[in-house]
Amino acid sequence: MISTWLWSHLPGNAWVKTLILLIAFVGLVAVLFEWVFPWLEPYLGIQEQTVGQGG
Amino acid sequence: MGGMLGTRVPAGSQARAPRGYRPCNVLTYAGPTMTQDTDTTPPSSGSTPREPRHRASGPRALDRVLGVTGELMIAAGVLLGLFVVWQLFYTDVTADREQSQIVEDFVAGITAAEPETTASAAPAVDVVETIPAEFQFTDDPPQMDQPAHAETFAVMYVPRWGEDYVKPIAQGVDKAQVLNVIGIGHYPDTAMPGELGNFAVAGHRTTYGKPFSDIDMLDLGDDVVVQTDEAWFVYEVVNHEIVLPTDVQVIAPVPNQPGAEADGHYLTMTSCHPRFSAAQRWIVHAELKYWAPVGHGVPAEMREDLS
Repeated sequence: MISTWLWSHLPGNAWVKTLILLIAFVGLVAVLFEWVFPWLEPYLGIQEQTVGQGG
Repeated sequence: MGGMLGTRVPAGSQARAPRGYRPCNVLTYAGPTMTQDTDTTPPSSGSTPREPRHRASGPRALDRVLGVTGELMIAAGVLLGLFVVWQLFYTDVTADREQSQIVEDFVAGITAAEPETTASAAPAVDVVETIPAEFQFTDDPPQMDQPAHAETFAVMYVPRWGEDYVKPIAQGVDKAQVLNVIGIGHYPDTAMPGELGNFAVAGHRTTYGKPFSDIDMLDLGDDVVVQTDEAWFVYEVVNHEIVLPTDVQVIAPVPNQPGAEADGHYLTMTSCHPRFSAAQRWIVHAELKYWAPVGHGVPAEMREDLS
């Protein structure tokens, strides 16, 4: 299991591990929000408000 | 953990349990080790060498495959959830910030260009006067050239959407540079504000500052005010319609009469419909009431109490 493997390979006690995971998650969200999602969005085509263009 | 997995031995090994191992213990552990997966027992605390964790490899392998699959599906669900949060909330946060900055810069540019009128009026009285009737014109306004792509050339006020509603209008209707960033986009080569023909603009119904979020709330007779750096243009809503994305005749010089010679000063706003969908378009048509040069106050329509 990924979660088990991750947990056992993180250093420190449970609090330290939780803190590390929390920081990693916030970092992941930041990367997704700033770069990944803006890049991905045009390919999904769920945002169209003009007429005659790709609609 | 790795060592534990490595020492896994086939079924029947419990017969070779260490001497002195209590049978009740074996029975107690036999159930959980068959069904319970390792993720519920933190290896740091739960695993002691004496535990008979080693059972048949077949079901255990299946458990692990199912477990990892489940974890990946949870991760995918979290990713999708985050995307929705980003799309519906975060894009508004960032776009609202940028768009109000653009409006601020644009309006500051107009005010700076009119020192003789604003310098005397603005500091003295806090309330800006409304445009008097002698400055309200219905003829053709000063000619405006098509701006460069993504250039902000006007702002839009819609009293129905709140006293503080103001969004920038830029040239072009692509998402990457105009609609997602600046807000309202002007269909290139349609009329400019006040010009004979159809001044056609598009805006997001949801996300990215959602300039046309409440386009369905516009009633007949509601005012839409466009301000360029030279003039105010006051339009009055005359009708709305719901069309397919391919119905480009709504932005024809005479709305819905493609090929017809321009006969009036129209404004057409297009946005998504239904909300959160791209299946149709909500179209609002408006006609010019009057235009007025800047520097003589604001249109009285912006002061109307619509509550």
